[in-house]
Amino acid sequence: MAIAFSVNGKPVSVEADADTPLLWVLRDDLGMTGTKFGCGIAACGACSVHIDGAVTRSCSVPVSDIAGKAVTTIEGLKGADGVLHKVQAAWIDAQVPQCGYCQSGQIMAAVALIERVGTPSDAQIDEAMTNICRCGTYPRIRKAILAATGAAAQTGEA
Amino acid sequence: MADNPNPDLDLPEAPAPAAKPKKKGVKRRIFLIGSALIVGGGVFGVWWTDSSAKAKAKALTVGEGEHGFLTWMKIADDDTVTVFSPHIDFGQGSHTALGQMLADELDAAWDKVKVEQAPADLAFANAALAKGFLPSMVGEMVAGLLPDAIIGMMARSMPIQITGGSSAIRFTGEVGMRKTGAAVRMALIDEAADRLGVPASELTTADSVVTHAKTGKSLRYGELAAGAAARSLSSDPVLKTRDQWKLIGKPVVRRDIPAKVDGSAVYGIDFTLPDMRVATIAGAPVRGGKLESVDAAPALAVNGVEKVVKLDDAVIVIAKGYWQAQKGLAALSPKFTDGGHGGMSSPAIYAAQAKLIAGGKPDNEAGDGDVEAAFGASGAKVVEAEYRVPFLHHAMMEPFALTGHFKDGTLHLWGGLQDPLSTRTRAAKAAGLDVDNVIFNPMIMGGGFGRRFPDIVEIIDQVALLAKQVPYPVKLIWSREEDVRRGTYRPQSSAGLKAAIKDGTITGLRMDYAQSGNAEGEVPFIYNIPATSRRHFAYQSNQIDGPWRSVNATQIGFYTESFMDELAAAAGEDPYQFRRKHLAPGSRHIAVLDMVAKRSGWGTPLPEGVGRGIAIVESFGTIVAEVVEAGMKEDGSPDVLKAWAVVDCGTTVNPLNAEAQIAGGLIMGLSSAIGEQVTLDKGAVVESNFADYPILKLAEAPTQIDVHFIESGAKTGGIGEPGLPPASPALANALAAASGKRIRNLPLLAQAKA
Repeated sequence: MAIAFSVNGKPVSVEADADTPLLWVLRDDLGMTGTKFGCGIAACGACSVHIDGAVTRSCSVPVSDIAGKAVTTIEGLKGADGVLHKVQAAWIDAQVPQCGYCQSGQIMAAVALIERVGTPSDAQIDEAMTNICRCGTYPRIRKAILAATGAAAQTGEA
Repeated sequence: MADNPNPDLDLPEAPAPAAKPKKKGVKRRIFLIGSALIVGGGVFGVWWTDSSAKAKAKALTVGEGEHGFLTWMKIADDDTVTVFSPHIDFGQGSHTALGQMLADELDAAWDKVKVEQAPADLAFANAALAKGFLPSMVGEMVAGLLPDAIIGMMARSMPIQITGGSSAIRFTGEVGMRKTGAAVRMALIDEAADRLGVPASELTTADSVVTHAKTGKSLRYGELAAGAAARSLSSDPVLKTRDQWKLIGKPVVRRDIPAKVDGSAVYGIDFTLPDMRVATIAGAPVRGGKLESVDAAPALAVNGVEKVVKLDDAVIVIAKGYWQAQKGLAALSPKFTDGGHGGMSSPAIYAAQAKLIAGGKPDNEAGDGDVEAAFGASGAKVVEAEYRVPFLHHAMMEPFALTGHFKDGTLHLWGGLQDPLSTRTRAAKAAGLDVDNVIFNPMIMGGGFGRRFPDIVEIIDQVALLAKQVPYPVKLIWSREEDVRRGTYRPQSSAGLKAAIKDGTITGLRMDYAQSGNAEGEVPFIYNIPATSRRHFAYQSNQIDGPWRSVNATQIGFYTESFMDELAAAAGEDPYQFRRKHLAPGSRHIAVLDMVAKRSGWGTPLPEGVGRGIAIVESFGTIVAEVVEAGMKEDGSPDVLKAWAVVDCGTTVNPLNAEAQIAGGLIMGLSSAIGEQVTLDKGAVVESNFADYPILKLAEAPTQIDVHFIESGAKTGGIGEPGLPPASPALANALAAASGKRIRNLPLLAQAKA
């Protein structure tokens, strides 16, 4: 069936089985591979995108559920002028990624957190940042989130 | 160091290093990764002697207006220097660090240096890595006597392009990159001296320019490259001293990071080709089992599914996309045999290991002195403890994905694996092709941690077999469930430790451990104890062991460092001071231990219910001590508050990366200690995904990790792995200090809730 929604501000219409997770529509049908497959059960967060502004694990959302909605992926975070989002820039400044595979999802979760609460506390970061990073980049993720919101890192790596 | 003209020497036994007396009975280390026996030495120069490898490398990498040097770098007319790394960079930052090492010796401008993955061709087999491992196997002296050409031949015949053993910097970097940079710099100076008609001794180099100060004349590297490339290179160039370094030891930022924050980095799983299909797979649930039968019809009835392929021990569904393939696979009811391993279980393995140890017939024994005499001495206090650790899974975030296309008799592969050369070899064997008819295109990897060594990567065979059966390109993706259940795990292992203490000093210590592999020679025993014994009892389950980040140092570190705390308690002493007095005075170990105690405020008061734990482990040539502050939550799970790591890896090539590696290793060590275990039941793995194989999350990681490096200048050690082993004993020791409860079986959560 044809399902219409928007991705990064552009309208799209895809022919897909209604139960196809958004993740695989993005990756296999739309060729947008910045959103990653990690577990398929919404446990790791590598596939995190924004749906109408809310951070969502796209591996567990059937594409039929997002008809008419606005999806933002990692590829859509940059400004129209190609300038990095402040969270992406903070990620580079703090040299967060190691293997980098989970970082699209981490960044999408961080952006959603900052859009929701402004300047998050350590406790809010703990609560919101539940994505798995096997490389263990958590201290730098925390540092980058605080830096992106202008809060000096109180904690993290010395 | 010229080639040894006489390889038939009667090679003498290598002398033991003065600092650490040679233990009797210690077997020379045989470092085996699968079938590749890795050897190497302290000499240099294979690239100078092998003209065919150089010619092949140039044909593959050197284009118009570019000039190749050895197989490792090229300089373009516009001054761009390209360094070819034989190692894969899966985020450990080794490409940047290797580039720093070569560029520093070359005096190249860093913004004109690029680091690229060396092609998966034998011409790029890593002789520097081969040389690096040799001294640990046959001794420095023997290694030094081996002719260069023989080592180069060995490297190419094995073949070596492995990333592992924390080897990139300490071997490839120290042996290969720095000397290459220095030798090419000398050639550039010689070329400039001839062109300018001045003595080479009057020339200086900086920022990719050779300058003659007296006349003010200068020539860019790009102008000199063609002439320099035609010169013969020194095989023993003078390297810079530490005070001359401009890039080594500096926090240079990584080049691969921007593409990893905007979604543009293309990993193996992201690769795509026109007309490509996507496949997924279910292997036999019991390792060693075979596919008995499967009715393909239910899968073929799923929209988008095109084909069902049976392998010896697995079934594969090919579809338009991954989701359809997954749905098709889920519709199948394949029948597998258990290969006779249906009785295998985790409790059965522990029982069998305990029985082996109790039997007292070790497969390998090492140590010094008479431990039995120490145990029986009058006035000796004898302490015993048993420890158990489970199978551990790598859980790289990118599940296995490999694309294959068999076209015109050649198999093309795209994906991320730790050794591009042996990937080709394995694929060729599986497909029944000549290795020249396999082309492997290495891609970025979403983690590895030891899982991506081709010798333990079945997806290579699977894709090789699959691609030959279909006319189109096919990408095989393992589900997370397949990844967890068909893993190659850190082995399940048991240990019994026994020690005698007299007057507050350990007089004898024995460690009996049962597991598949012998850890002797891999994890140095660092304490000065008059009588020691380390006995390995070989036990093999139906699982395939994989090198899991830091390999045997994880469990051996947990055993010895937990037990040291138990001994300190038995002696009524502080765990830090107790360790200290059993380490050699003035040693690097003492310096590392003292520094971690100082930085962590060891001995200062802590809140009620919070404990501090300390541990020190040497692995991969690097000494790491860690302190963890932790308490228990109400549900019995550990609450890790802060951690400190002090590291002596000799020289820190890139402090930014090194800090990330140590902190990441520490977190992975905590994660494994707290919640990770792969359990066998009826021969099959019980766990299936992150829901039952929990990885530590941000909120559970310490909010403060203080990483400090001691620049001792000692022989460069590894950095990717050594941060991990001290973490689990430091945590267990902290919890024992906080609660009085000693945790001897991992993971902690399983025991806390038992």
